[in-house]
Amino acid sequence: MTSSAAATSLSSHGSARPIVEMTAHELLALQERGELTAVAIAEAFLTAAQQLEVHLRSFLWLDAEEVLRQAQAVDLRRRSGQPLGPLAGIPVAIKDVLCTKGIRTTCASRILANFVPPYDAHVIERLKAADAILFGKTNMDEFAMGSSTENSAFQQTRNPWDLQRIPGGSSGGSAAAVAGCQAPVALGTDTGGSIRQPAALCGIVGLKPTYGRVSRYGLIAYASSLDQIGPMAHDVTDCALLLQVIAGHDPRDSTSAPLPVPDYRGRLNEPVRPLRIGVPREFFDKGLDAEVESLVQQALRQYEKLGAKLIEVSLPHAPYALAAYYIVAPAEASSNLARYDGMHYGHRTRHKADLIGTYAKSRGEGFGKEVQRRIMIGTYVLSSGYKDAYYRKALKVRRLIKQDFDQAFEQCDVIMGPTSPTPAFRIGEKINDPLAMYLSDVYTVSCNLAGLPGLSIPCGFTREGLPVGLQLLGPPFSEETLLRIARMYEAVTDWHTRRPKLPVPPSPVTS
Amino acid sequence: MTAAGALPYRLVVGLEVHVQLLTRTKLFCGCRNQFGLPPNSATCPVCLGLPGALPVMNQQAFRLALRAALALNCTIARHPHHTPGFTKWDRKNYYYPDLPKNYQISQYDLPFSHDGWLEINVAADPKKEYVPKRIGIIRVHLEEDAGKNLHDESGRGGDSLVDLNRAGTPLLEIVTHPHMNSPEEAMAFLEEIRLLLRETGVSDCEMQEGSLRCDANVNIHIPAADEPVGFVATPIVEIKNLNSIRAVGRALAYEGRRQFEEYQRQPQHYRLGKLLKTTAGWDDARGITVVQRHKEEAADYRYFPEPDLVPVVVPEQWLEEVRTEMGELPQHQRQRLVSQYGLSAYDAQVLTAKGRAMVAYFEEVTARIGDARLVANRMSDLIYPALAERKEEITTFPIRPAAFAEFLQQAPGNSQDRRDVFAIMLRDGVDVAEAKRRAGIKQWDEATLRDAVQQAMAANPKAVADFKKGKETAKMAIVGAVMKANKGAPNDLVRRLVDEALAQA
Ligand SMILES: [Zn+2]
Repeated sequence: MTSSAAATSLSSHGSARPIVEMTAHELLALQERGELTAVAIAEAFLTAAQQLEVHLRSFLWLDAEEVLRQAQAVDLRRRSGQPLGPLAGIPVAIKDVLCTKGIRTTCASRILANFVPPYDAHVIERLKAADAILFGKTNMDEFAMGSSTENSAFQQTRNPWDLQRIPGGSSGGSAAAVAGCQAPVALGTDTGGSIRQPAALCGIVGLKPTYGRVSRYGLIAYASSLDQIGPMAHDVTDCALLLQVIAGHDPRDSTSAPLPVPDYRGRLNEPVRPLRIGVPREFFDKGLDAEVESLVQQALRQYEKLGAKLIEVSLPHAPYALAAYYIVAPAEASSNLARYDGMHYGHRTRHKADLIGTYAKSRGEGFGKEVQRRIMIGTYVLSSGYKDAYYRKALKVRRLIKQDFDQAFEQCDVIMGPTSPTPAFRIGEKINDPLAMYLSDVYTVSCNLAGLPGLSIPCGFTREGLPVGLQLLGPPFSEETLLRIARMYEAVTDWHTRRPKLPVPPSPVTS
Repeated sequence: MTAAGALPYRLVVGLEVHVQLLTRTKLFCGCRNQFGLPPNSATCPVCLGLPGALPVMNQQAFRLALRAALALNCTIARHPHHTPGFTKWDRKNYYYPDLPKNYQISQYDLPFSHDGWLEINVAADPKKEYVPKRIGIIRVHLEEDAGKNLHDESGRGGDSLVDLNRAGTPLLEIVTHPHMNSPEEAMAFLEEIRLLLRETGVSDCEMQEGSLRCDANVNIHIPAADEPVGFVATPIVEIKNLNSIRAVGRALAYEGRRQFEEYQRQPQHYRLGKLLKTTAGWDDARGITVVQRHKEEAADYRYFPEPDLVPVVVPEQWLEEVRTEMGELPQHQRQRLVSQYGLSAYDAQVLTAKGRAMVAYFEEVTARIGDARLVANRMSDLIYPALAERKEEITTFPIRPAAFAEFLQQAPGNSQDRRDVFAIMLRDGVDVAEAKRRAGIKQWDEATLRDAVQQAMAANPKAVADFKKGKETAKMAIVGAVMKANKGAPNDLVRRLVDEALAQA
């Protein structure tokens, strides 16, 4: 692979911006105009990915030859005048929790270190059908359990804006890859904030769709009633583009909604007017970093300037969301992860033992500390004698949280607040304090408990240069409106155009 | 009714019956649901429990389950605080190598059906009338089956293997009230449920192949005047590994005796409150139950609602469709055979137990010759043994109803001749006339016999006179005379001709 290919196509376009800093919709337009080939795009991102990987450690797997083969196939079809899908030639980085046929899918866990799925996840099939380029598998917290990607069994992904800091999690690899210009867009998954929080901490856009909007078939479950797959990108338009491809009913997932998918890009640039923004006082409570609060308030002022009306709303059960989440999610996880027992696939201990001993040793060796902790919490809260006090009570809280939102959305079109209470923290800072770590999700979990769509968009930087995210929550299946509302802000700000300065130039720049 | 009355205790039995459904595919995936395929050939990511695979409910299985529940007179999902028809799936968590996900998708607190009953009839003596008894059914729910562990039995400590063909196949769990009070009643219940589920196409109920499995909960009540309830109850023992209906009967009889003997050794222990509930296995070869574990050590299954499946609200339309598909249930069939054909309760029971096809055969033959009791008797004399010997079903039996009706009309009166002719018809595929010729049995034509009747009446004027005075039995003298003069003549025909002649005399 050479970098000259990228340079050549760029010079004909005459832009001074490197390919890798472009958005997917820009790259699509350049390809359609014949100014850029899929191979040139692939080469540019492969170069960047490989050069930056030493710093970012975003990828668990990336096969340059395979990427180029896919890109060549797209170019060939374009040259022969064949129709191409809506993501033709666009590299998409994939969180390693999504099954890819014939490609190792590990969930960043030792227990699945050698697991090669015999099938593609629904979203992978959709990406392939859209002629996207599958661009490697990204790092994550083991089994998506974590808020910093420090729980990966294999490597520590770093935040492209400050390599001493975490990228957020659990979709930290996907967030860092996009923010660090290793891939233009990525897929993440969000169970309690795992798309939105890393998106916020890495200064990109991340969308968690409504529960049921995207099929979970082939998504390795953490907590089945909360998990959703969603797009991560530099801007709102790219999120819309990606969501368009992955959304829709799939008969293989009983919980996927049999509803039509709207055209997310069609009216994306049309502002929503009138716009009533609900601001829950519970999202501006103690524990919120002052700089984050100030940047979020500025964003809200910006919306006011755009004609929106701010309404104070209350989500009275929001303070219980985190506690309910850390019961419901581990309960489901304790059951979902029971299958990793070393019997049929995955890690099996080398030690000779009886059946129970083999289970215990295989799982003890295969799972990391945080996963073991959540399995134990989940097992405990479901045990007879404790189920009523914990699991059943958490389900009650969950219903009340949903009711809170239903009532709030009678007064407003969208709810806004911070995505994360703090900007990216330092690697190792909270790893020995699980409760402090869990607080990273304090503003994101209620959205999952209620099954709502949630979006994080960049809304500025701290004095230390760390990105901050604004969270937008909407009623079920309101993604189209949510994206339009986000786009209103994006259109009058330039946070989404900023790119981190990394030690190695991401890719050759033409002059 | 049974020997229970003679025992110094009352046996109390509740059954937990598992039945595999006759669906084309498994409960939550598209794999074939078929016995005897090469190991692990009917598997896919879903039933292997691979990461990321998700279950999707098989509607055919749910409808078959509904059919079974309706046939068992169950209420379909009426749960407090829930929409009528609302039922959901739950996960039952436990670790075992034949359970790939280490949880079983089952139903816990809101089963799709509950509160039913099944009527059984028990009588040791065919001449006695049956006493019907209703066995209450607590609940019927649907769940996925586990795979099978194949252990190395060579004793050389080889690896255990797992066959997951059965994993994920639909299984119905039927739990009864402890309403059975003798081994015979428990056996009758199992026979009745097997008949019912076979006839309605729900399951083939082969205990050998495991498509019908049964665990029995058993204890005994010993009369004790000083107890407030009037008896002492022994702790319940759950008996597993019951591989035939006969084994169920033997195990219950044994366990009742064993519990009584144990009670007799230390009766004072039984008045102090609860003793441990235990699980025992039935050792058929030795004819004993073997205690496996105390229930208190049993796993906590940590049930919770299955988040990968949506709850089902059974539409009224499904129930109507299922009811029409169900056809006539054995219990109704028996009643109809008695009321419409005048069969005895015993004959109706025997015939119904042979299945719908046999009843249809009976009805077709009876429609041709009228005498239902005769048809029922001849079927049990000739057809049932022939089917057993030929290991054949009535549907493929070469003598079709029309030919059997003709046989009954022309069959020799002598039972040995009748058997011979029937055997030749069956062996050579010929009609009754030809079979009689081959058997060397004289053909009797009506005209000849009619003459013989006239002669006999002429020779016995007193009998004719007695008959006219109302003495029915006088007829037999004429019949006897005709038969004596015409050895081997068909008895039925002779009687008919005598009746006709006497009516005209
Ligand atoms: Zn299957």
